[in-house]
Amino acid sequence: MLSRNSSRAAQRLLRTAAQPSQRLNFARGFASVQDEAPIQTIQSDIFKPTKYGGKYTVTLIPGDGIGAEVAESVKTIFKADNVPITWEQIEVSGLDNATPTTRTEDTFKEAVASLRRNKLGLKGILHTPISRSGHASFNVALRQELDIYASISLFKNIPGLQTRHKNIDLCIIRENTEGEYSGLEHQSVPGVVESLKIITRAKSERIAKFAFSFALANHRKKVTCIHKANIMKLADGLFRGTFNRLAQDFPQLECNDMIVDNASMQCVSRPQQFDVLVMPNLYGGILSNIAAALVGGPGVVPGCNMGRDVAVFEPGCRHVGLDIKGKDQANPTALLLSGAMLLRHLGLDDHANRISNAVYDVIAQGAVRTPDMGGSNTNHEFTRAILNSMEKAL
Amino acid sequence: MLALRSIAAPTQRQCLRAAPRATVTILLQNQRYYSSSDPVAKFNGKKDSSGRYTVSLIEGDGIGPEIAVAVKNIFAAAKTPIAWEPINVDPILKDGKTAIPDSAIESIKRNKIALKGPLATPIGKGHVSLNLTLRRTFNLFANLRPCRSVAGYKTPYDNVDTVLIRENTEGEYSGIEHVVVDGVVQSIKLITREASERVLRFAFQHAQSIGRKKVRVVHKATIMKMSDGLFLSCAERLAKEYPDIEFDAELLDNTCLKMTTDPLPYNDKVLVMPNLYGDILSDMCAGLIGGLGLTPSGNIGDECSIFEAVHGSAPDIAGKGLANPTALLLSSMMMLRHMGLGEYADRIEKAAFDTLAEGKALTGDLGGKSSTQDFTSAIINKL
Repeated sequence: MLSRNSSRAAQRLLRTAAQPSQRLNFARGFASVQDEAPIQTIQSDIFKPTKYGGKYTVTLIPGDGIGAEVAESVKTIFKADNVPITWEQIEVSGLDNATPTTRTEDTFKEAVASLRRNKLGLKGILHTPISRSGHASFNVALRQELDIYASISLFKNIPGLQTRHKNIDLCIIRENTEGEYSGLEHQSVPGVVESLKIITRAKSERIAKFAFSFALANHRKKVTCIHKANIMKLADGLFRGTFNRLAQDFPQLECNDMIVDNASMQCVSRPQQFDVLVMPNLYGGILSNIAAALVGGPGVVPGCNMGRDVAVFEPGCRHVGLDIKGKDQANPTALLLSGAMLLRHLGLDDHANRISNAVYDVIAQGAVRTPDMGGSNTNHEFTRAILNSMEKAL
Repeated sequence: MLALRSIAAPTQRQCLRAAPRATVTILLQNQRYYSSSDPVAKFNGKKDSSGRYTVSLIEGDGIGPEIAVAVKNIFAAAKTPIAWEPINVDPILKDGKTAIPDSAIESIKRNKIALKGPLATPIGKGHVSLNLTLRRTFNLFANLRPCRSVAGYKTPYDNVDTVLIRENTEGEYSGIEHVVVDGVVQSIKLITREASERVLRFAFQHAQSIGRKKVRVVHKATIMKMSDGLFLSCAERLAKEYPDIEFDAELLDNTCLKMTTDPLPYNDKVLVMPNLYGDILSDMCAGLIGGLGLTPSGNIGDECSIFEAVHGSAPDIAGKGLANPTALLLSSMMMLRHMGLGEYADRIEKAAFDTLAEGKALTGDLGGKSSTQDFTSAIINKL
């Protein structure tokens, strides 16, 4: 026990020493374009996460459905690894019967305030009712409120997990704050409804730049813009045009574009051709679901939402999982890997590696798996197996 | 029985209104094809003096003429009562808008049915896509896209058999867009009750005609509460008129996820959805079975219907006799069924699927070496 702590302290020292020269592989590098420029990290001042007494405070929103269960296993595993994070847990719920609506909206505001303060969050998915009288999606409202404009989802085959397609390694970057999810709708006359899709040059530029920088920082080769500019000539035309214009500034990357219906067809027949994909809001929702199905379902896809100030990490394929709520069948992998992304974002790489290696290890061995990965174990058993694997690795 | 029940309890206005239609439901249950007094998109074509129906044929560009010949030969071998009337749809500009020649419009309006090969949209002349023009000219409101696994062509997915119906005239593809200020574009998704009801009614009736018991609406009403909400509420209301069909709704995200994970549970359903979702999902389903070269498509309208191959015109192999006519052939099977010539369609379809399953005479795109001619002859021999 003592030795574990001291070895960790040593690692931490080493890491701090190595910090300036370190090139990190994810998300921290996105703000810098040129390789030579200093990489913006948590240590530089654009993000200022709250750190008290050597610990970061991170907002935790477990979410609806399976959220509470998987958040519990994340907390258990993070605690076992002595991750220097204090959770500020806020129970927002989008379920109608959860609490009186006023109360729900209050907690939502509290969550936004907390995320503004901490600048970092780990979040499950909130339920959205279909009925017109129901509230608008809290997930979307949160992203718009905090302007966390880029959603990143990583789809990669996990060793040992059998899927129909092999060698998939793609990344979907999705504009999060406008497009079809603008929420602007009206009824012109009864029976005639208009729903507005908004595309702006500023936001298209922002997301395209993000995608290029992300690709460079993560040593990816190709960026594909997904659109429907043959039909929506102005809206998607603007998105595609902006992408193509900015692509000229990144000659080291291979850039192309593809129509969304063709992309979804290619995705189920030859997904290996894709690397980084960038697209407006709705197409992102569709393609991330298709891609998630290719690599083993929403339970294994990590993701995050990045903004100028705030970063919220959440499963990359956003499913509430109300159907398996409370059955102890949930797969915590997606939230755990999102948590590992959060740790890398903070520069806590050894914690991130230890945790993600343990998760991959348990899945590869195959003895303990949750039902969505073809096993019959509970969430608790799976979490236990990860803890054991971390114990062994030490 | 169901009709009796709704007539027997006319306490609510809803039931009273539904009563005349309920009588029709009995007929539908007994006969399983369009027999309602007001079926959507019923074929009204007339036979000519020699007992044949005339079909307008748009051969299309690139490989179009070759695959059209293949279909014509197979139809002749199967002795289908069809006469072809080739028409030219080279686009013209009328008042600055893309249009098709009047002769073509007249032909299709007269015959009420057309078969169409791939068309290449001329680039740079300010033309709207010809497919879109045809859809608008004839108000083809429903796009019917069945996808069935082909035995001879292996993909990671087996036994796929999906039927997807897409609203074809409005939604995200309404074409209403404008620049609000420089750098800000607004694109309008239009959903109307009328168009939604029309395509939904077609979906229910199509489910009955092909013997499927379930209709599922795919929507995103969590986010687009009003527009997709309207589509969904129309569906819920119409579903009451078709008590023999089980109706449910699914969120777009879930459909994408589940279909790609395992398409088999969708084999007993008819999916119906607004324009954009239908566009994306129908091509995704085509991807599951091996691409657009194997998927038929029908554009259904009240006045006339056009059946087409949705793949490209493949100018690189045009004229070399290498093209695969399967998509156009399967589309023409849909056409025969729409015309009530199901027995011919069944025969030809069996011959085609058997030929594909044997795998001896496959064209290059399916991994074979045969020419269009060999493939066609193999099917004709089976007939």
